[in-house]
Amino acid sequence: MKILVYVKQVPDTDDVRLDPKTGNLLREGVKSILNPLDANAIEAALQLREKHGGTVAAVCMGPPQAEEALKKALGMGCDEAYLLSDRAFGGADTLATSYTLAKAAEKIGEYDLLLFGRHAIDGDTAQTGPAVAAQLGIPQITLAGSISVEDGWVCCDRMLGDMRQRVRAKLPAAVTVCGDINKPRYATPINIMKASKKPRSTWNAADLGCEASRIGVPGSPSSTKGLFEPEKHNADTVYFTGELDAMIKAFADMLQSEHII
Amino acid sequence: MFKLDDEHLQLQATFREFAENEVKPLAKEIDESERFPIETIEKMAAMGMMGLPIPEAYGGSGLDQMGYVLAVEELAKVCATTSIILSAHTSLCCWPILKFGTEEQKQKYLVPLARGEKIGAFALTEPAAGTDASMQQSSAILEGDHYVLNGSKIFITSAPYADVFIVFAMTDKEQGTRGITAFILEKGMPGFTVGKPENKMGLRASATCELFFDNVSVPMENRLGDEGRGFRIAMATLDGGRIGVAAQSVGIAQGAIDETVKYTSERIQFGRRISQFQNTQFTLADMQTRTDAARLLMWRAADAETNNDPYSHFAAMAKLFSAENASYVTNRAVQLFGGYGYTKEYPVERMMRDAKVTEIYEGTSEVQRMVVSGWMGVK
Repeated sequence: MKILVYVKQVPDTDDVRLDPKTGNLLREGVKSILNPLDANAIEAALQLREKHGGTVAAVCMGPPQAEEALKKALGMGCDEAYLLSDRAFGGADTLATSYTLAKAAEKIGEYDLLLFGRHAIDGDTAQTGPAVAAQLGIPQITLAGSISVEDGWVCCDRMLGDMRQRVRAKLPAAVTVCGDINKPRYATPINIMKASKKPRSTWNAADLGCEASRIGVPGSPSSTKGLFEPEKHNADTVYFTGELDAMIKAFADMLQSEHII
Repeated sequence: MFKLDDEHLQLQATFREFAENEVKPLAKEIDESERFPIETIEKMAAMGMMGLPIPEAYGGSGLDQMGYVLAVEELAKVCATTSIILSAHTSLCCWPILKFGTEEQKQKYLVPLARGEKIGAFALTEPAAGTDASMQQSSAILEGDHYVLNGSKIFITSAPYADVFIVFAMTDKEQGTRGITAFILEKGMPGFTVGKPENKMGLRASATCELFFDNVSVPMENRLGDEGRGFRIAMATLDGGRIGVAAQSVGIAQGAIDETVKYTSERIQFGRRISQFQNTQFTLADMQTRTDAARLLMWRAADAETNNDPYSHFAAMAKLFSAENASYVTNRAVQLFGGYGYTKEYPVERMMRDAKVTEIYEGTSEVQRMVVSGWMGVK
């Protein structure tokens, strides 16, 4: 089985601020990381490979430094890596991005399964995975909380709030995964040392045979009207997320560390 | 060697991520309960961390010494106990088997150790043979095809959980240090028992115990190296172990600095963050400068070992400076935290307790000074 996992390098959102004048992201000094849910997609791909054999290729569109996200993917155990990098790709919205990613899938060829993180923590659109499936004309399953492959079908439980929906799609197909599908493994020392010997390709727009009008800014009908930071009413507000018990514990720990209790 | 290459940066990143997510959350609890963190060992084994500098052919990850010390430092930043369990296993048990073992010994013992399926320990120190390791009272008498081992050892890291032990004993008392021989013992050999864990000041979860040997029959094929080579094997093993302890000391210091930078940037006194006071700034600058110096000494020793250059003196200098620095830095960290630093609510008091032993084990600071001055030719 040949699995393509699409990954994105994103700013560490723990650290993101906006320029109060321009509304642009202040990227200087902000660490870039592998989009967290893409690590879940990689883990799902590696588990499927362990069960069914085959290869896992990581694919990333971004500037040259996005190579770091691919190195992480190789360190976790992916077999090969493709970086899609061209100045002309810059400024792409989800339509232009999905066109470019689909062109890469076509060039790599003979894929059985495309895996994506449900969404990226920077853009947060959750559109790219489904849009790639649409561009390629293959079935898609979003919000997967589980994944298995049987007899040419991919079967998933879709996580719909309090409900789960069990669905399947004929391969080749695209699946976007949620965070609770698995716990991503760490990059291992052996895989890190072997990463430099694994096949790595860098493709530009010409390599992919992209139409100039469908990539980057020309290929992006959507545009950002403005970006602003929501007004902060109380700088001391702390939000807790997760399971109720974990939230209660985190709240109690905070009260304790602030010497309130 | 002043800058990590790309692969080492990635190794450091994955060790850091592992330490932050898997090791740090347990550090306080295992210190207080003196619980050996067996689940962490299993996780490290799954990642290939229990045999980092061991070749892949013997079940390891095939890293150089630099890769290995990065792991020890990252673990020690958040939990010194976990770092010494890894370091004792790797430097003091896997390494001598790799270096001095027969092919059969490597297949039988090194492979499962490096894969993390088994835990290793090293037993040289005895109640009456500490720094003066030549005063070994344990004896091993050859009887036919096996040795009969009698005696005891003390302060043995990981002992109740270890499966494989490198044990030193006198095979010929007349010969002094040249009468010491190394053996590989297995847990459960008849007559071989482990005592209760010591109640220690620091590294409280590393399960440090006595070992007792009562007519233990050790097969000939479990002798490590030739008869009478044990002392040299022990000293060579400790040279490498000292690089591990230096890395641990650097990690403890860096961990304390990181905690102190965070705390002093939040704590308000006299209407200002205490990081705004020059005393805090200068003290932290000294702490970081000394720790960077310690790290560079430690990297030099690791680099020399990787390149097969003589490294005993480099390892001794690195351990001496790093260990004393860890005590200095953690002491200053507690001071900058003030009263809160003296409580168990914050990790710096644990770091201060953990730091002290780095000046004592695998050769005291005084022993390191002997090694360095000896190398200088000072008599």
